[in-house]
Amino acid sequence: MAVEKQRGGVPAVATWEYASAPESREIVSFKERYGIFVGGEEVAPRSRSWFTTVSPATEEPLAEVAQAGPKDVELAVDAARDAFEPWSAWKPAERAKVLFRIARVLQERSRELAVAESLDGGKPIKESRDVDLPLAAAHFFYYAGWADKLEYAFPNRRPRPLGVAAQIVPWNFPLLMLAWKIAPALACGNTVVLKPAETTPLTALLFADVCRQAQVPPGVVNIVTGDGETGAHLVRSPGIDKVAFTGSTEVGKAIQRELAGRGIPLTLELGGKAANVVFEDAALDQAVEGIVNGIYFNQGHVCCAGSRLLVQESIHDQLVRKLKRRMATLRLGDPLDKNTDIGAINSRAQLDRITELVASGSEEGAEIYQPPCRLPEKGWWFAPTVFTNVAQSHRIAREEIFGPVLSVLTFRTPDEAVEKANNTMYGLSAGVWTEKGSRILWMADRLRAGVVWGNTFNRFDPASPFGGYKESGFGREGGRHGLEAYLRFS
Amino acid sequence: MSERATTGRLPVRKTYKLFIGGAFPRSESGRTLELEGHNVARASRKDARDAVVAARQGFAAWSGATAYNRGQVLYRLAETMETRLGALAGVCTGRREVARAIDRVVWYAGWADKLAQVLGSSNPVAGPYFNFTQPEPTGVVAVVAPDEPPLDGLVARVVPALVGGNAVVVVASERHPLAAIELAEAVATSDVPGGVVNVLTGLRDELAPVLAAHMDVNAIDVTGTDGDSAPLEALAAENVKRVVRAREDRSPWEIGAFMELKTVWHPIGR
Repeated sequence: MAVEKQRGGVPAVATWEYASAPESREIVSFKERYGIFVGGEEVAPRSRSWFTTVSPATEEPLAEVAQAGPKDVELAVDAARDAFEPWSAWKPAERAKVLFRIARVLQERSRELAVAESLDGGKPIKESRDVDLPLAAAHFFYYAGWADKLEYAFPNRRPRPLGVAAQIVPWNFPLLMLAWKIAPALACGNTVVLKPAETTPLTALLFADVCRQAQVPPGVVNIVTGDGETGAHLVRSPGIDKVAFTGSTEVGKAIQRELAGRGIPLTLELGGKAANVVFEDAALDQAVEGIVNGIYFNQGHVCCAGSRLLVQESIHDQLVRKLKRRMATLRLGDPLDKNTDIGAINSRAQLDRITELVASGSEEGAEIYQPPCRLPEKGWWFAPTVFTNVAQSHRIAREEIFGPVLSVLTFRTPDEAVEKANNTMYGLSAGVWTEKGSRILWMADRLRAGVVWGNTFNRFDPASPFGGYKESGFGREGGRHGLEAYLRFS
Repeated sequence: MSERATTGRLPVRKTYKLFIGGAFPRSESGRTLELEGHNVARASRKDARDAVVAARQGFAAWSGATAYNRGQVLYRLAETMETRLGALAGVCTGRREVARAIDRVVWYAGWADKLAQVLGSSNPVAGPYFNFTQPEPTGVVAVVAPDEPPLDGLVARVVPALVGGNAVVVVASERHPLAAIELAEAVATSDVPGGVVNVLTGLRDELAPVLAAHMDVNAIDVTGTDGDSAPLEALAAENVKRVVRAREDRSPWEIGAFMELKTVWHPIGR
């Protein structure tokens, strides 16, 4: 351990030398080429079109996957249609057991799937291993138990399944978002056609094999891969009864427009620009951990990331000093290294977007800090970044960056904190740091966001409903409330 | 005049105006339409935008009131409707419809302080947190009023939105604008704060798209569009508005359609 002294007021930084500790990738093997998963079988796409999915950490090709066209999407929707009647007629208790099995298989194959997730998406193995996989399994476990108890969730309402659910998930938590979508849909008796993100299709394709092992009936789960075009075909398909989308606000609006007048229930989980509010009485070291977790978790590729830090003016300098010191200990690099805190940026397109927005931050007059940090030569990377002297009008304070970039703003009074926190078109999440429990609840009352974390951030649980206010979307995933999106009543 | 001939007295007629921010202004455009035998204000786009501003202000007061208080105020609305039973009966299908509407208001008033217990939850998360979910009003709600029944149809859409703490801007039925204005007079004499209910009369095709596209409107109820809601829904996507339509005659879930759900993680520790 060496202690460096740096000039310019930045505190001494302890530099730990770590030997590399890579997780073995032997546990996962990808096929050279994947078709689409339809009616319980992998079939070659009618489109005869494939594309390569690469590791964002090395740009190494991992596999070829289908670019599903309109015919492929129709095939999948038809398979889901055919499977709907028998599946929805299953005894609910039996349906529950299928979901319990999926949960168990996910637990049993958890390491393999975690490695696959980190390879294809670039996220650190400690996150895919300790967060994505356990939560995905827990989600199936939670909703499995609901399958035969729906009448108790909605008394006097006769809950019934909708039919075929079209589900589109993003690249930041590929398998976890798949679980958030498929678990409640199946528990309610629906069948699904799921489209994983273009850059992270592999764990969804491995999930097809999980379905085989769990003996999910053919056609109940169908998976089509491809880019946004494939998603558009799916949303336009006349055979669907429900659309659930997680992704950007821009695409969410396009889907809402597309569905206008069709009477198809829609749930949207879109972007965010969450405020993480730190009061002067907060436990600062704990708050620093929460800030770091809030924005650098998963390279900031998190819709509910705490990307706007609102600090009470009296502690601004002290907190920023502590934060910079902590940032210098973050380890960026090989996602499969167990010591890695910050992995690769998911794609070149995303890296370009982050780079462009960060440049705007400097141009508009905010002050940038990045800890000394060597970026690997191959792959797509971005150093953890914090901006101070940020004004509310700056693009970096308004637009979702979806990268490891934090903007620091200040406030004086709780009212001002509320005002600034709510000054956004988004409303997905918020954080409050204070030792006063009453203040957490006072703030929670006033923050226009679907999830409010008190003295913590980025916590998720299958029992805890998640979803946005305003342009962050509508509908909830998780908890009893998450069932409603997949049921009709009367 | 025949009115004078029968009673020996010329009755004083009411001028039907808009209801914005607790006041009854004429349209800023100065326009009227002859509907149901009266010169009814033909609201402009500017009136619609003013109504949204008023509703946003009303929302702050109304959503900040306690649920118990909102319940009492809505019960008070039922009281003021009851005293205006005759006037209301004259602008809808009659006293039975008014009675239905009043009973509906009383039924919903009672939900104000029970809603969170039925729609909310405490959630057993795997960690040291008290985690709970509660319904909160979405904000400003635009309501395209159904044509039939003139009064109860409107009440059935407006009151569920109000119970949870939302503010509404109503585009009155073109066929029955008077019911909406008579209702507004009952609202004005109840204790519902100004701006919480706003009523625009005029042409639906002129007004509804303005509200559907308005960036400070959070939800739009399209029950009254009779299935022709696609253009409004497409405009609503611009700021991800919640698009609501009636599903049940009376239900706490009808209220829930105008509510957001907030989940709070509160730490537990020694």
